[in-house]
Amino acid sequence: MAYELRSRNEIAARVARDIHDGAYVNLGIGMPTLVANHLPAGIEVILHSENGILGMGPAPKTGAEDYDLINAGKQPVSLLPGGCYFHHADSFAMMRGGHLDICVLGAFQVSATGDLANWHTGEPDAIPAVGGAMDLAIGAKQTWVMMDLLSRKGDSKVVAHCSYPLTGIACVKRIYTEYATLGCTAQGLRLIDKVAGLEHAELERLVGLPIAATS
Amino acid sequence: MIDKVASSVEQALGTVPDGATVLVGGFGTAGIPNELVDGLIAQGARDLTIVNNNAGNGETGLAALLKAGRVRKIICSFPRQTDSQVFDGLYRSGKIELELVPQGNLAERLRAAGAGIGAFFCPTAFGTELAAGKETREINGRQYVLEYPIHADLALIRAETGDRWGNLTYRKAARNFGPVMAMAARRTVATVHSIVALGALDPEAVVTPGIFVSKIVQVARSATLAGGARQSV
Repeated sequence: MAYELRSRNEIAARVARDIHDGAYVNLGIGMPTLVANHLPAGIEVILHSENGILGMGPAPKTGAEDYDLINAGKQPVSLLPGGCYFHHADSFAMMRGGHLDICVLGAFQVSATGDLANWHTGEPDAIPAVGGAMDLAIGAKQTWVMMDLLSRKGDSKVVAHCSYPLTGIACVKRIYTEYATLGCTAQGLRLIDKVAGLEHAELERLVGLPIAATS
Repeated sequence: MIDKVASSVEQALGTVPDGATVLVGGFGTAGIPNELVDGLIAQGARDLTIVNNNAGNGETGLAALLKAGRVRKIICSFPRQTDSQVFDGLYRSGKIELELVPQGNLAERLRAAGAGIGAFFCPTAFGTELAAGKETREINGRQYVLEYPIHADLALIRAETGDRWGNLTYRKAARNFGPVMAMAARRTVATVHSIVALGALDPEAVVTPGIFVSKIVQVARSATLAGGARQSV
């Protein structure tokens, strides 16, 4: 049966649908930043940037950038009314102290039980850089991953055990991909939803792991 | 009388000994104390340990300090950038030591140093290679890694407004590491864009109390204005 994959914007919109009114959310660098463009109208979501901003708003118009007001990806942003600034120790206390509701991250690999690898390829000549990835992974009440299911080589990035160096253990609750949304549990993967027309068996074949059906 | 206002960067920095550990504030374009780093280059101390979120960008500031061969070790969370070629070259040729620290641990280890905490258990990095060899403990069913404070001889930070007691305010996301670095060092030097009379800063709005600050020095504002102005004004 034919099926159509979700575009990056459609994955972002799918993530955004699961974000509740009043949530404090950190969107990781890269694909997750798209989620901000798809937050449903009529709800208030407060975006956190780990360099010290709550109530982060969109990029300013060209010419109105302020280089003291940037996000964690070092891009110019704005501050919404009610937003505020704070120092780095307070910012990371918001994560590790369990105050952030949701963190959405990109990933190289996620294991069926929610181990995350997203900071380092482990290649011998690669210069390691971690930033806030390890703090984010274990800090929020819920950590979600948004990524392509398959690597450029066609391998599943959802795996039994991560082969890349770990960012955190059993920290990912959900994986949003172009094929499906999966839950990570201590017992393994659980299907949350999939694109229309994609057979469950075909999804399991692509992932290479059993996926418990939605109850 | 207390007067922490220095008349020049050189006077504010004073003597920095070889082998010193120096905290350098800033994240991205925000809060980097470029004038103080340039002052450190001119001052001449060698064999430094530098603590910063990154490891220098382009060829100026921290990158220039690295390029001058003055840094033995860097403690940071994110050395690899599109324009970190100076660090990349030194690292690949084994000429600089890197201690890679998760960003939140970097902030908390500085805060711990400033607060007199001996060490702390933190969940970040448990089970990863950045926690390899470190003491761990299960507390209330969760796994933690023992982390030690980062004490320093000198902190170089950029603030917005100061007074002669050293009280500081910051501007927007340029605050970043400034307050925790100011606490963590035996001596803290801050650049400010304006110096006001005692009592002119709203006491409710002081972010770094002067007790954490040794010297302030006024510098021209650059690269901080809405409109993308990069030039000094």
